[in-house]
Amino acid sequence: MITATSLTVSRGERLLFRDLSFALASGEAIALTGANGAGKTSLLRTLAGFIRPDGGTVAFADVEPAGARANHVHWLGHLDGLKSGRRAREELTFQAQWSGADADGIAAAVDVLALEPLLDLEVRKLSAGQRRRLAFARLIAAPRPIWLLDEPFAPLDARWRAALGLLMQAHLDKGGGLIAAVHDPLPLPARVLDIGAGR
Amino acid sequence: MRTLLVLFRRELALAWAGGGGPLLACGFFLCLTVLVPLAAGGDPAGLKPVAGGIAWLALALSSILSLERLFERDLEDGALDLIALGPVPLELVVLTKAKAQWLAVGAPLAITAPLAAVTLGLPPALAPLVGLSALIGALGFALTGALGAALALGAKRGGLLIAVVVLPLFIPPVVFGAGALERAANGLDPTPALAFLAAYVLFAAVVTPFAAAAAIRNAQG
Repeated sequence: MITATSLTVSRGERLLFRDLSFALASGEAIALTGANGAGKTSLLRTLAGFIRPDGGTVAFADVEPAGARANHVHWLGHLDGLKSGRRAREELTFQAQWSGADADGIAAAVDVLALEPLLDLEVRKLSAGQRRRLAFARLIAAPRPIWLLDEPFAPLDARWRAALGLLMQAHLDKGGGLIAAVHDPLPLPARVLDIGAGR
Repeated sequence: MRTLLVLFRRELALAWAGGGGPLLACGFFLCLTVLVPLAAGGDPAGLKPVAGGIAWLALALSSILSLERLFERDLEDGALDLIALGPVPLELVVLTKAKAQWLAVGAPLAITAPLAAVTLGLPPALAPLVGLSALIGALGFALTGALGAALALGAKRGGLLIAVVVLPLFIPPVVFGAGALERAANGLDPTPALAFLAAYVLFAAVVTPFAAAAAIRNAQG
């Protein structure tokens, strides 16, 4: 689904990785590992198109890159993009509709992630784990084939880590693919890509 | 189009959320117009010829107030990444955000402007013209302001930087807008000045979305 060829990315003066090549197949999960500061987030941001690499290319199968990224990639960074002053319902609706979801999709995401009791609260009143679930809802509400996740489990408790793992597995079973930057192993079969080792 | 409406409604809600930024801008506007006669001395007749100009100056300054939040907030909390991966190009996002800024902040200011101008001594008969020209000008301020806000993204003290970047770009609309009022006050047809004002706004609408979108992509990288 994604083919990265000889990617070279540096931030400021610091070279993060050079000549990194890999491919993500349909139904596959890649666990991106590496020490803090190795460039996991930068690699994900490069794949999402936010960072222009110093060298190399990112190609999307069956999809022209750049403009079409929008309709094929879900990005979930450690910043969840939720406005603390607004109600959970408003933020969820905006994020999901902006990503292309309809009312049915949103209802399904609320159901699966058990968000109903949170919807009338202000986002500032939610815990970090609840905010993560709220941000994750758009991935369920608006189906896109590729998920790019930056430390998706960090604020979640054991129960929701397992639940999110099941949702990821379901996404892969439907032919999707995902790349997740993680420190602990993903709770599903995944290929490990260690970027610290590539240097 | 429907998705842009989703963004537009969100921007309007955000502009009014948490403290009512537009009201604050209107309050600032009125404070400025009250300060000017006090600073200029006790002769109201002396203010009459420059009343339109002062109203436009105050309008330009008040329009800067809430620009800092236009993109910075979304960059800080990660929403800009989400928005960039939406179904429409960033250029249209900029245009939509500027239009929402215009409706949320510019329109209330355009309603306040006639009040302020008449207080300063402008003939009340010109009040509708003040409102109309301010409404057109505020769209220009929102568009060029969006460019300034995008350029200042990620900078420390971004708010000050926006003011320094944007104020010189605000000169043409201030000149044309105040010029329209001056012509009307002297019994001349204000249409040519209004036409120049509208031309500035159209030019800004074409150029600033591209420049601002480039600046945003740069800030995201």
